Amino acid sequence: MNDADVIVIGGGPAGIAAAVELRRAGVPRVMLLDREPQLGGATRHCSHSPFGMREFGRVYLGAAYGRRLTAEATRAGVDVRTGHSVVRLDEGGRLDIATPEGLGTLTARRILVATGARERPRAARLISGDRPVGVVTTGTLQSYVAFHGLMPFTRPLIVGSELVSLSALLTCLGHGARPVAMAEPFPQALAGAPFSWFPALARVPFHRGTELVDIRGTGRVEAATLRHGDGRLETLACDGVLLTGRFTPESALFLASPVGLDPGSAGPAVDQDGRTLDPVCFAAGNLLRAVETGGWSFREGQAVGRALARDLAADPCATAPIPVGFEEPIKLVVPSLLRPTGQKAALADFQLRVTRAVRGRLSLELDGREVWATVRQFLPERRILVPIPPAAFAAGSVRFRLRENV
Amino acid sequence: MRPATPPCATDDYDLAIIGAGVVGCAVARRFALAGAKVVVIEKGSDILSGASKANSAILHTGFDAPPDSLELELVKAGRAEYLADRESLGLSLVETGALVCAWTPEEAGRLEAIAAQGHANGVEGLTLMTASQARATVPGLSGRLVAALEVRDEHIIDPWTAPLAYLTQAVALGARLLRQAELLAGRYEGGWHLTTSAGDIRARAAVNAAGLYGDEVDRRLGFAPDFEIRPRKGQFVVLDKAAFGHVPRILLPVPTEITKGVVVCPTAFGNVLIGPTAEEQDDRVRATVEREALEALLARGAQIVPALAAIPVTAVYAGLRPATEKKHYRVTTRPEQRAITLGGIRSTGLSAALGLAQHALRLHDAFGLPARPRVDPPPVTLPNLTETGARDWQQPGHGEIVCHCELVTRREIEAAFDSTVPPGDFGGLRRRTRAGMGRCQGFYCNARLAEMSRGRLAVPLAVEDRDEA
Repeated sequence: MNDADVIVIGGGPAGIAAAVELRRAGVPRVMLLDREPQLGGATRHCSHSPFGMREFGRVYLGAAYGRRLTAEATRAGVDVRTGHSVVRLDEGGRLDIATPEGLGTLTARRILVATGARERPRAARLISGDRPVGVVTTGTLQSYVAFHGLMPFTRPLIVGSELVSLSALLTCLGHGARPVAMAEPFPQALAGAPFSWFPALARVPFHRGTELVDIRGTGRVEAATLRHGDGRLETLACDGVLLTGRFTPESALFLASPVGLDPGSAGPAVDQDGRTLDPVCFAAGNLLRAVETGGWSFREGQAVGRALARDLAADPCATAPIPVGFEEPIKLVVPSLLRPTGQKAALADFQLRVTRAVRGRLSLELDGREVWATVRQFLPERRILVPIPPAAFAAGSVRFRLRENV
Repeated sequence: MRPATPPCATDDYDLAIIGAGVVGCAVARRFALAGAKVVVIEKGSDILSGASKANSAILHTGFDAPPDSLELELVKAGRAEYLADRESLGLSLVETGALVCAWTPEEAGRLEAIAAQGHANGVEGLTLMTASQARATVPGLSGRLVAALEVRDEHIIDPWTAPLAYLTQAVALGARLLRQAELLAGRYEGGWHLTTSAGDIRARAAVNAAGLYGDEVDRRLGFAPDFEIRPRKGQFVVLDKAAFGHVPRILLPVPTEITKGVVVCPTAFGNVLIGPTAEEQDDRVRATVEREALEALLARGAQIVPALAAIPVTAVYAGLRPATEKKHYRVTTRPEQRAITLGGIRSTGLSAALGLAQHALRLHDAFGLPARPRVDPPPVTLPNLTETGARDWQQPGHGEIVCHCELVTRREIEAAFDSTVPPGDFGGLRRRTRAGMGRCQGFYCNARLAEMSRGRLAVPLAVEDRDEA
């Protein structure tokens, strides 16, 4: 006997939405595991982003949204278990878990993984320099503030220009820190318009086309050197470096499992229902592709939850998936698999991202025939949506092309 | 707030050791076991804060050490003692073995001579292999491999818990560790009068185990050093644990005259390490990582084991090796002043440390000081951090998992702070527990660690007083 019909791993917006949706669809035993003491995932420390407008009809900030999600899960009859770390994801719906009480194994007819995303740390970005204390990500900074009332620095350099970078700037300003500058290696701000006025309003210099090339400090950060677009080097005295954005899926469970990762998204490859290469294992939310808002993840979790409830009515899907082809400068396509099931897909659109700023023609080909195209500018870390045409499920080959204008 | 430095004792020590790197820690233990009253003077805010914090964690056999050298003798003696005392000190050992990989016919032609030297060095378990034989033991090796030499007994250890165990045993026997204590000057007047930044020390004899500052400490002791430290920087990349299955053994290059070259090897913690570079520099403090060098290491790793190209980077680091103008160990004894200098321990210090400690005690015996009664070694229990033994998260009652990537428990972190030699800085906490060492590099746990370590680290993670800062 299984421990549950469905075990959901990760109690952020996507995981909770999926668990609640599964219960609403009449699935009797839905278990939700989270390794932290409280549900909410990253929303617990995001004090600046408003959450909940579309799903709950009102605005919540940070931890309040997590509490609302928890209440929803409890009310829906989800078996919520916090302090449960999944240490291994086996094929066939089997998990190894660790809790303060000891080790265990859980099994379910289906698994849904919704472990979210995190910002890429300094090491993975291969940033040069010393390795002093005070180099952190936005998520870490916001955890300092939200959970412990602490600050890791007072005069940081902020790297990045995504929406999260503005949230990082606000967190600094709201907690007595004066950023010395903001720097973005791309030639334009990734989050666009707000960067034309917001940093200036806060009197923080914002440099585009500027790369962090050196960090100095023996104990704590003492200085950081920027290389501007014209090659000029500038060393700024600062006591921290705040690395923002460049999210990557928290996909460690898949990395170590036979399912593996999609090289584009760095999350598990999924089909239009969120089904991975292991047909009893599903995934949803920012684990699929970094990064979208909490609200987006919530709706995606709901949709995958609905598809999963339907999937439980039959044996695990045995249809071989068709891979979705693409190449540089397309970074990722989600879903990167299609399985003809004859059912309404959980993901209505292909979600694409590019590796760098590109102006050109993006097209979708089915069996070598173009069925959709658009010409425009594409920026990294920005969402591109392409509706999945019904004919794609009957195609033998599905491929995206992006031709640059020269 | 800084960790309290105990008020400096005015009483006499039998031995003052300058430097709490792996060699200083091993010497402290050996002399404490011999009944000596020992003080260890460390400039940094924690032990292992110089050369010893960054190495490739290999327990060497000595197969490629210079024949008839002191280094060979001490690597073998150190390794033998490590293996003999593993149980009582709780030391790790991951029995991987190594392959010296030849990538060209020219390199393959040199394997036989390397094997012959290894035999002459008294190392067993050396086997010449064809490429297919080698790839049978490491299937992920590139098809470009020409031939290999198996070195059966080159193994992997936890490079930080071992020296911590040595010093913990010494402290349990009464040895004293002074941190943030820089040796400023010393003079010998029938005994040593040492002036440090944390107060004055008197000792009957002195051991200079100052690593990167070996020559400078000799000068401060009033000696003309007979060697010159020329720091050699080594950068490393640590790959995600997903790489571990691809690299079950240590993969060594055919060495050149200058360096042992880039190694690809598993770590005791379940990762894969690529490094080191070998870069001469004058600076003894800064060990910077540099993007170009790290990218070159990643490219080299993927040439050796192609599957590594797809594995994410977990960590990067750099260390300085205390090389000198010559290749060999620079051990000097000055019986008139009862001083021993253990200098130029450039790349085999982790393997040779216990051997160096035995050697230092032998040299010290010639000083003619009255011997004290030997003592029984107290057992040392430090947490196992390696993937080969049981970890704390697997045992009930650990409270909670704080660092999710490395599965570090609250109980482990609290135990580290309550231990005989508690961490003095964040690097020390990481080395003792692995907290923050995993793939997210603290995204999830760094704030929690800042809270748990408040008031306990020389450089706090959180800015303690925002108005003042």
